[in-house]
Amino acid sequence: MNNLATDFERLTQKAEAERKKLGAVRDQVVQALYREAQQIAEKVVKKEENKRDLDRTIDNIVTSKLLGYPLMLALLSFIFWLTISGANLPSALLADLLFGFQHRLTAFFQWVGAPAWLHGVLVLGMYRGLAWVVSVMLPPMAIFFPLFTFLEDLGYLPRVAFNLDRLFKKAGAHGKQILTMCMGFGCNAAGIIACRIIESPRERLIAILTNNFVPCNGRFPTMITMAAVFMGVLVSGYNTFAASFLVAGVVVLGVLVTLAVSWVLSKTLLKGVPSTFTLELPPYRLPKLGPLLIRSVLDRTLFVLMRAVVVAAPAGAVTWLLANLQVGDLSILAHLAGWLQGFGHAIGLDGFIVLAFILGLPANEIVIPILIMSYLAQGMMLELDSIDALRELLVNNGWTWLTTLNMILLSLLHFPCATTLLTIRKETQSTKWTVLAALIPTGIGILVCFGVTQIVRTLGLV
Amino acid sequence: MAVAEFELTQLPIGRMAEVVKVGLTGLARNRLLDLGLVPSTIVEAIRKSPSGDPVAYKIRGAVIALRSEESRHITVRSIN
Repeated sequence: MNNLATDFERLTQKAEAERKKLGAVRDQVVQALYREAQQIAEKVVKKEENKRDLDRTIDNIVTSKLLGYPLMLALLSFIFWLTISGANLPSALLADLLFGFQHRLTAFFQWVGAPAWLHGVLVLGMYRGLAWVVSVMLPPMAIFFPLFTFLEDLGYLPRVAFNLDRLFKKAGAHGKQILTMCMGFGCNAAGIIACRIIESPRERLIAILTNNFVPCNGRFPTMITMAAVFMGVLVSGYNTFAASFLVAGVVVLGVLVTLAVSWVLSKTLLKGVPSTFTLELPPYRLPKLGPLLIRSVLDRTLFVLMRAVVVAAPAGAVTWLLANLQVGDLSILAHLAGWLQGFGHAIGLDGFIVLAFILGLPANEIVIPILIMSYLAQGMMLELDSIDALRELLVNNGWTWLTTLNMILLSLLHFPCATTLLTIRKETQSTKWTVLAALIPTGIGILVCFGVTQIVRTLGLV
Repeated sequence: MAVAEFELTQLPIGRMAEVVKVGLTGLARNRLLDLGLVPSTIVEAIRKSPSGDPVAYKIRGAVIALRSEESRHITVRSIN
């Protein structure tokens, strides 16, 4: 055994020595390649100076000391505003269409004489859950993803990384983490796969563990809906403009939490020096509309929607069963929510909301549908085809602006969905980091909601 | 006449210089070599990020941002 170890050591030493020799060779090879390439390029490449001047002018503005940061924030708010205000009408139309079809389905089930429980599971559980997910998620996604893909193709995102790198360096993280966060806006699982672009294992792990602090597309609809409800609870007749600022504010909060958690991780569990950072700022290109739409609509919007649908259908059925199967004089769901009520109340929510987050583990998209279903199963059935109807339902169930705010906060700060957790497990090959990836945000979320709630209640604001 | 050599971090924005030496090792060195940062390459400092670091350089037609941690190890000499 000992012999083998010394043999191995000798071998690695020899390899190391050879590699050093090769290093010098590598330098020469690279130099020769570049000399050759330069000679060829000088002969054949014609330069367009005008285009370059324009690029510089744009960069002078978007990375300037004065306007760099405000422009990023304004752009972010503008995208949310377009998404929220643009999605209102199509969402309402889709809801009308899909919930209208539900009556046909009900009529059909009655016509064939299907038992009530079958109608409940399939129509009131599965179909309603599906209809909600599609009508609430599809329009914002179909607006948000093309806009975001546009910025991506334009070449703006590397400039964001360029502007913000200093903050990430201070937090002991890699500037490219910003790019993985941008991907996280679409889907955290995709964002975590994107962390492969960070070469250093330490910084990659930081990026993986904090990606969840960027609200993904499954949580955006929740936040946007809640922001709209919030504005309505706060000032009657909601204002999309204020709602978009609120969502942008939540995103900024997410970035701040990302930086703070990255900093703590790089000082404690993941100590080490920052690795190299090189980031290309590519020339600006006006994106081609066709490929942009194909990529954003087919690859992103429909992909994420399909995933949500696949999860929403069974989850809807399970929730309906939980809400309608009685144990004693209460449904299983009400029993579970009752157990969680004390905890929920302490963090400014209620048992049903906490339960909805837990049952929403398969996918964040279904948190609100589950919540609505559990509230509806308690009382009368009503058509939920508008924000106002939703607000009424929530207010009837004891919601205040504090509940709505905590709902938004917890939506930002809680465990990643099951798909994301599986992806983290796959990328890190470690159960420990996967568990931490769930515990860190959940812990922070509970603390934040608890703190906010206690402060607001002490001050007597609700 | 000997031309003054200095760190790339000291190159003022808008000025050009020629790379003399890349004083990094391992992965970091390979990364910079891949970008074309080899001795005799001409580098132009283009812009600073709003917070002062990183700085974007034009290297062989591409604009690459480097943190001061890296550019500190690159020795350049000024050219006219």
